[in-house]
Amino acid sequence: MNRTILLALGITLTIAASVTGLVIIPNWQFQGLKPVVKSTGLQYPEQWFGEAHSGRGIYINQGCIYCHTQQVREKNYGGDIRRGWGTRRSVPRDYIFDRPHQLGTMRTGPDLASIGARQPSTDWHALHLYDPQITSPGSVMPRFNYLFRELTDSDVNRLPANAIKLPDNYARGNIRFIVPNERGTQLITYLKRLNQSFPLPEAQQ
Amino acid sequence: MTDTSATTPTLEVSQLEDEVRSRIEVDDSSRLVVSVFWASSLFWLTVATFAGLISSIKLHSPGFLGGIEWLTFGRIRPVHWDVAIYGFGGTAASGTLLWLQARLCQVRLPFPKLLLAAGIVFNLGIAAGTVAILMGHSTGIEALEFPVYVMPLLVLPYVAIVVANFTMYVRKRSSHTYVSQWYLMAVTVWFPILVIAAEACTNFGAVDGVAQAIANWWYGHNVVGLFATPTGIAAAYYLIPKVIGKPIHSYHLSLLGFWSNAIFYNWAGTHHLTGGPLPAWTITVGVVGSMMMFIPVITIGINHHMTMLGNFHLLRTSPTLRFAVMGSMMYTVSSFQGSLEALRSHQEITHFTHYTIGHVHLGMYGFFAPLMFAMMYYAMPRLMRQEWSSARLIKIHFWCTLVGTFLYGYAMCTAGVKEGLMMKDASIPFLKIVGMTIPYLWLRTFAGLILFTGTVAFLINFGRMLARHRVKFADATLFTSQRSWGLMMAQDRALRTADGEPGT
Repeated sequence: MNRTILLALGITLTIAASVTGLVIIPNWQFQGLKPVVKSTGLQYPEQWFGEAHSGRGIYINQGCIYCHTQQVREKNYGGDIRRGWGTRRSVPRDYIFDRPHQLGTMRTGPDLASIGARQPSTDWHALHLYDPQITSPGSVMPRFNYLFRELTDSDVNRLPANAIKLPDNYARGNIRFIVPNERGTQLITYLKRLNQSFPLPEAQQ
Repeated sequence: MTDTSATTPTLEVSQLEDEVRSRIEVDDSSRLVVSVFWASSLFWLTVATFAGLISSIKLHSPGFLGGIEWLTFGRIRPVHWDVAIYGFGGTAASGTLLWLQARLCQVRLPFPKLLLAAGIVFNLGIAAGTVAILMGHSTGIEALEFPVYVMPLLVLPYVAIVVANFTMYVRKRSSHTYVSQWYLMAVTVWFPILVIAAEACTNFGAVDGVAQAIANWWYGHNVVGLFATPTGIAAAYYLIPKVIGKPIHSYHLSLLGFWSNAIFYNWAGTHHLTGGPLPAWTITVGVVGSMMMFIPVITIGINHHMTMLGNFHLLRTSPTLRFAVMGSMMYTVSSFQGSLEALRSHQEITHFTHYTIGHVHLGMYGFFAPLMFAMMYYAMPRLMRQEWSSARLIKIHFWCTLVGTFLYGYAMCTAGVKEGLMMKDASIPFLKIVGMTIPYLWLRTFAGLILFTGTVAFLINFGRMLARHRVKFADATLFTSQRSWGLMMAQDRALRTADGEPGT
């Protein structure tokens, strides 16, 4: 029976070791990380709030993470920086307000850590989300048409200010304009806010 | 812990009768519970494979079922994973745990009503979690997508299983502890700790950002390594000696394999974040852990191979053995692949590509699933006291599993390497890389269809078994041709006399 005790002890200790090493210790190491104050007086990173925060929720519940990462690897390790996905590597401080984290493990699509810097235009995001084939022919990204209100020629006289015209050569029924709905607006706000360009000192080493 | 084969060749007739009677008694006690768990596992496997197929088609033809929010790729894809690992893996492994532990402890299954209720509640939990993800309630943590409000439906049933497992171990009538039991005991300690620690860190928000990512992948890797893998190995250690009627090759190798697996596997998870925004030491630990995994993998591989040596001809006839040997061999192959994959130079290319998806399927569908199938092919005739109705359906299931898995692995791993190399070259436009993968993604859908066909074949055979409950013993369902039938029957009778049990 003392071998049973040995077995039980061994089983418990092995898992306790990795809980300590990979769950508890990393948390201690990052606990002290604070945002830095930029010369403009604003801080980086910023807490997620308002529309961007809700947009982050849309990003999560649409499952963007299954095809997009939000982490740029260091220079000369993979083509991340050469592809313009970021100007520097990502560091732990970039993520201190991320809950749940969305680092991701798959790049069926490009990295989005700094998509806001790469694509600052609301129209681009709207068209791309409405039907990726408009901006990126050959993409395998699904359409998120349900994040938009669709308008036809008959609506042309009462178009809302944020209506976006579909390209002339793009025809889907008689739809001519799209307007991001509440969730669409939130998601676009979030995507435009994704930006790791601020040169954190620890990322320069 | 002393080494013992699963069969005892030299028994007096009266002892043999006692032995057989005790096995029948044990099986009678676990019949309902174990068959409910395994029937559920096949149901969820069908759902998971179907969800996988839809995801796969969507990736080469994004217009397929397009524009429907609850069926968007980002929802159906996590449904595929969660239903496969928790729905199929959870119930298949729990059924295996309960049946094996009862058999090896030689005790009746305790708390049958509680365990039956546990099985039903667990299924409700999986169903609720699936609906929740489709509705957009996913937590957004990979591998732990089920929302927190579903967790009690999954955790409480598992507590019942853990309690039953320990109860059987305490009550056990055999004096020794067989190697499969070490793994089964370990699973019931490791899995609850894993879930608690990972849920606390991620969905209950004890930590944020990068620390959360580390806890996430510590879990994501270990749910395979400390839950699916030990259950699969426990099944292999039981089934191979049982079917060939020969003890495990080496007790010492079993011991080394078990402890090295226990020590090293749970450090390997951070290789899922290689190159990510983590301190270098966390990645280094993951790489070292992954490299050290060569020790248990080689040890267990040699042990199983040496046990099989001289008995490979039985693969021609025994369905159980075919699946068990396929699983054991793929354990070695996919583990080697996994260890190499952890290397930094390897990860630079294959990380973030379809290569990882290929690897996961080689492990889950090449190693874990076949061992669970082997377990069911072996145990169900004993539980139901009835043979499988069709050898042809088993054959279809086997070849679909083998061919489908290899085709899947080939398509995804090749696509992944090409993808990684092209992605490293910044002069190649991203959409050109996407275009390159399309033919491979079609091939993957084709492989998925083959796997689905195999699943359906198994489902039919399993359904027939359940429907004709308590039909008297027929001869064991073996793969055999008319010509060798007589020889086979003679072998089978010889085996049965030694074992006191039907074949398969």
